[in-house]
Parts: sequence; C-alpha cells; structure tokens
Amino acid sequence: MADLETFREETRAWLVANAPPSMRTPVKTSDELCWGGKKSTYPADVKRWLDLNIERGWTAPSWPRAYGGGGLSKAEAKILAEEMSALSLRPPLFGFGLTMIGPLLLQEGSDALKAEHLPPIVKGEVRWCQGYSEPGAGSDLASLQTKAIRDGDDYVLDGSKIWTSYAEKADWMFILVRTDLHGRKQDGITFLLMDMATPGVSVRPIRLISGASPFCETFLEAARVPVKNVVGQENHGWAIARALLAHERTMIGDLFKERDDASRLVATAREHLGDDGGKVADPVLRDRIAALEIDQICLDLTMQRAKDGAKAGHKPGHESSIFKLVGTELNQRRRDLMCAILGPQALGWEGEGFEPEELKATRDWLRSRANTIEGGTSEIQLNIIAKRVLALPDGASAAEPRRGQREGG
Amino acid sequence: MDLVLTEEQSMLQKAARDFVASRTPLARNRKIIENGDGFSRETWQEMAKLGWLGLTVKEEHGGSGLGHRFLMVLLEELGRALVPEPFLSTVLLGATAIELGGSKAQRALHLPAIVAGERIVALAYQERSGRHERGAVDTLAFAAGAGYVLRGEKVHVTDGTIADWLIVSARAPDGVALFLVPAKTKGVHVVRQDRIDGRSSAIVQLDGLAVDASARLGAPGRGLPLLERVLDAGTVGLTAEMLGGMLATFAMTLDYLKTRVQFGVPIGSFQALQHRAARLYVETELARSAVMHAHDALDEVDASAAARAASVAKAKCSDAFLLVAHEAVQMHGGIGMTEEHDVGVYLKRARVAEMTFGDAAYHRDRFARVGGF
Repeated sequence: MADLETFREETRAWLVANAPPSMRTPVKTSDELCWGGKKSTYPADVKRWLDLNIERGWTAPSWPRAYGGGGLSKAEAKILAEEMSALSLRPPLFGFGLTMIGPLLLQEGSDALKAEHLPPIVKGEVRWCQGYSEPGAGSDLASLQTKAIRDGDDYVLDGSKIWTSYAEKADWMFILVRTDLHGRKQDGITFLLMDMATPGVSVRPIRLISGASPFCETFLEAARVPVKNVVGQENHGWAIARALLAHERTMIGDLFKERDDASRLVATAREHLGDDGGKVADPVLRDRIAALEIDQICLDLTMQRAKDGAKAGHKPGHESSIFKLVGTELNQRRRDLMCAILGPQALGWEGEGFEPEELKATRDWLRSRANTIEGGTSEIQLNIIAKRVLALPDGASAAEPRRGQREGG
Repeated sequence: MDLVLTEEQSMLQKAARDFVASRTPLARNRKIIENGDGFSRETWQEMAKLGWLGLTVKEEHGGSGLGHRFLMVLLEELGRALVPEPFLSTVLLGATAIELGGSKAQRALHLPAIVAGERIVALAYQERSGRHERGAVDTLAFAAGAGYVLRGEKVHVTDGTIADWLIVSARAPDGVALFLVPAKTKGVHVVRQDRIDGRSSAIVQLDGLAVDASARLGAPGRGLPLLERVLDAGTVGLTAEMLGGMLATFAMTLDYLKTRVQFGVPIGSFQALQHRAARLYVETELARSAVMHAHDALDEVDASAAARAASVAKAKCSDAFLLVAHEAVQMHGGIGMTEEHDVGVYLKRARVAEMTFGDAAYHRDRFARVGGF
C-alpha cells in the first residue's frame, strides 16, 4: 500500500509539473480529443501532451512495456486515472486503437500482429476504424456478405461496409468478411486487419439528421489484403468479433460520462427558467434534472463497482451491456432535457436568432438519437441480458435467427 | 472504499442467509405480519447474541463498531424474506440518535441495552399535516419548571406498538427538539395503525407528557439537523432492506417466467417479457450500487455528502422496488393477485417502504436542495 501511495504522489507531481494548462479543461465534444493517425494535425499543446505521455507509456498505461505501454498494474492505472480526473486532465490520446482493437490484439493476437500494430497505436501514429455493419447486416450482423476469396498469399475483398465511424480519417480498419458461404452463417466469418490505403478501398461520408457526418460507407472492389493479417483463424472470426464488442460497449458507456454536464443543465435552466429562492423556478423541469442526475450517479457507481470487482478478481459478466444500454439512454435524456429547458430556442438550425450553444444543443439532441442504435441497439443489449445473464429460454421459432445476432457493431 | 464486499462481509452474508433460512423464513414472517405481532422478542435476542444489533455501535457501548457496510449486508438478507424484526427503528434510528445526540448518561443507559436486545426504541417524528417534511412539527414542548410538557400527535411511528422507549420530536421554545421518553408512561397513548404491510406502526398521542430537561437529545437549537442525520441512517438502512425485497421479488418472477407454460412454451421465451425482465434486472443492479455507496457515505464525516447519497439511494430504490413489484404481479398474471401468493406481500411492503422517510419525489427534491438547485 505504501508503494501505491508513493506512486500516487509521484504521479500527481509529474502531472502538475508537465500538463499544459490548456489540457486541464474538459472537452466539449469527442472531436476535440486527440485521435492520432496520419491524416490529422493537432495544436502544439495537444501534440506536446501526447509526446510527453508516449515517453512514459501513459497513452496506454496498463499495456505491456514491450509494446510501448506503461506496464502499470490495475491498481496503479486506477490511481493514474483518478489523479488525471482530479486535475480535469484530458486523455493524451483516444480512439478505437486504444479502446477496441488494441485490447483485442492483447487478448487474441499473435506475437507478430501485436509487434506490428500495438506500438503505432500507443504512439498515436495509426488511427483505426471498425468495418462491421453492412447495408443488409445491421442487428443481424452474422448475415454479412462482404466476400474475401483466397488468391495466393492474399484475400481479395469485394463488398461494402456502412456506418463505419470516421473511416475517412482512419489509416487501418478491422473488418469482418465472409470466407465460407456454406454452413451456419456464423461459421464462415473471418476477422481481418486492412490498410485503408489498399487499392480498391474507397470511402463516402454519410450526412445525418444532425448535419454531421461521423459515419461513412466503405466500398471494397478487388482490394487485396495479406493472409497474415487474419486475427485468430480463417472462418473463426465470429468469436473474435464478439470479444471485441465487449470492449466497444464499455467504451461507449464511458464516452457519455460528461462530467461538466450536470452543472451545465442547471446553469442553463437557471438562465432560461429563472431562479426561485435558490431553486430552479420550474418545478417540473427541476424534478427531471434531479431524476436524470440521480440515475447518472447510479450508473457511474455501477461502472465503479464493476472496476472494483475486476480488481478484486471477480470474473466479468455482461456488465458492458448494462453500461451501453443505460449510458446511451441517459445521454438521450440529457439532450432531450436540454431542449426542453431551452424551449423555442432549441429550434434553430443555423444563422440569426440563436446562440452558438443553443445551436449545438439542438444538433447534440439529433445526434444522440443514434446512441441507442449504433454499437448494438438497445434491443440487442436487452436480448443479451435476457439470454446470458437471466438465462431465459429461446423461443422455439425465434431460436435460429437469435443466435446470429450481432450484439453490437 | 471499493464497492465490493470484503471477506468478512461475505461471511456475514452467508451467516445471515443461513439464519433466515432456518429461523426466519418468509412463511414465519408472513404469520407474524398476519397476526400483527410486530416481532418475536426471542428471535430478537438470538440476533443480539450473534452481535447483529451492535454492528454500528461503538465498542465502548458494547457494540463492534464494524460500520454500516456490515449492516447493509445483513439488512439485504433480512429484506429478501421480509423479516419484520425492528432493526430500522432500534438499531438505525434509535441507536444513531442516542449515539449522536445523547448525553453520556443516556448513552450509557440505552446503548448497551439496545445492543443486548433488551430495548426496542422507535422514532415518532411524522405528523398528519406534514406529509414527508421533517421540520413540519406542530407537537409542542412547553417549558414547565426544570423540564417540559409535551402535547401533540405523531403518526406512522414504525415499530411504535412494540417500543419500550420513544424518541419524539416537538417544538420547544428554542426550536425543534428531540426527547427520549419511556413508551409506557402517563401522558403517552399508543394506538396501532394498521397498514397494508402488516408491520408494527402506531399513532402516538402525547397528552400532557411531563419530561425532565435531561430527556432531550442534541444541543438546543440543533434538533432538526440531528433529526436529519438520524433519518439519513434510517433511510439508508431501509434501502438495503428494499434492495433485498426487490431482488427476492425479481427472483420469484424470473423463476415463474422459466416454468409457466402457455402456448406450449415457457412464457419467458417471449421477447416482450424478456426485455421487461432485463430492464428490471438493470434497475436492481443500479439500485445495488447506490445502496452500497450510501452505506459507505454514512461512515464518513461529511454530513451533506451522506445526505446526498442517502437521497440518491432512496429515490432509486423507491421507484425500483415498486416497479419490480408491479411488474412481478403483471407477469404472474391472475395468481399474482391472490392473497395466497407471496408476490402481493412484497408489493405491499414496496409501497410502505416507498413512503417511509420520504418517497422518490421527496428525495429528488432533497437531492436538488443539497446540490444547490
């Protein structure tokens, strides 16, 4: 314990001495985070904060030192996170490399794949995207049709992926492809790593109701991917895909913990609804704010409980489905409540008559409607809880399609 | 503190589970509820011998001082079987009020007796006009000689019919004050208040009760903050009991979904019911986290953090227990509406527990007040 206290003190001292002041302000959107990769540039402070952390391995604090990680124990990593949060520090690096494909490769990857791909993730050199959904394969992910036909040392890929987050900014994609057309649909799927610069790969952004384009369509026309880029074995990609989704759900749950929002809702409510002796003047909206914050605290504590349980050696269950389900619904409630507080000022699209934060609140609300669809719909999370946790029986007629459910992606 | 049980806490959990199965199973508790007995003094003394009544009482007064997390583990197990023994009134409200507000003499007189299972204490703070408000006190304490004379009426006094001593709130010349008085004395009339859950509850009439100044708990003018602190302890303990209650109700329902066959299949294979069951499970998990945190906060110094955590837990558990119980009746169908089936007993307890120490709306308002909005 004494060692951990020393670690905490040294960590705090280093953070205070080295973090640029501009990195001690909370980010307003995930776009302000440093996602790394070859296609983005960042302000000087962001770059400096990234480099300092790379040097210590603290972009991936708990990954092994051999791959450039920090080699911290779970208890040390928790202390680092606590100290960063106490100083309102931004993470030096963020993205699907650190949160999804990296942890998966550590679990399932060969030594060669780990050595090739983990260090560039840690250093923020390569940004990853996820090639799961297809136009005909949404919640029923296992019915995916993108073909990969073996030709010498390569697979030749033909097909298309949809809802690929930030594909236009990514350098590499982890992608599910069909390598066997016979048998059960789950059995012919392979998990591949693909360079986005491969000839035959093209990307088109999709414009959403919020006006933003965080998602893309990715087209594959005779794109050649080396066989050595298979994670696991050919035709055994479904289990790998599912293992990764657990990482994704936890990340999504975490993503919506926007700490500054509690005070922002209250401040906006005071401004628009007035103050009545210290209370937000509208009792109905005040009650909705309190109900939302109470539920948020309950979720935060539940995530904390899962982390503490893992530290104490408890086997993880399917908590990530709870985090995904509740975290996304809370975010939607928060955005919806903000519109209710703003009243008619929540109706602006652009231009005169609306403040920038009002316009942003409206777009945030529209964007938030995707939260319960992307990364495995809420209904899929409920299925997982019903089957895996509660062990409720399969319906006779519904048994087959249910086993093919994507559980995310 | 980490939000996991320690080895000692897990051992207590197992001991409590075994005790409930052999000594206080649901069938036994239903009988006590139906007869209106309140509790069994013999069982209470058995619990005392196990050290359960002193978990949160300091060692100098005969307790073990292990802390509220231990009490949570115990109350959750008792809550699963609706054990009616008076933990909330005596161990949480009574002992906390005496420990925090009692004089040296009061602490020495009452705390060891409480820990030994020899004394039941109830808190009479609620009045007809006040709904959930703690400060709405019309009962008066007139100064008379070296003491006071109390007049007024208290309602919904949990365990009031079985209490040996009462803690009464009244408006004294210096503000709201708490008085610790014997229950069976001239000027105190206790009338059973028959409520849906069948547990002990009373109307307490104070008709010129004369008390000495030494019967007061807490410093002059500080009665209300003391009452709030005491009610936080009671509220948090109640949420542990509610957690146990909702878990038992949910387990019963889940079992029914897996065994009840209609249209040739278990009804739990229908997605319409699966998703609702999954939602209930999620609510119980969220409630558990809030309950655990609230118990830890009680052992910290910061009273406003403890108040906030208590209100979070009570708001959550009030809604969650009722939701689970309502859904349990619906999923059981007709059988869930019968008196014979256990699910209705939990539903009634859920409603009483919701209203005890303030309902969900009350605690959302309190959460907002503590949070400054």
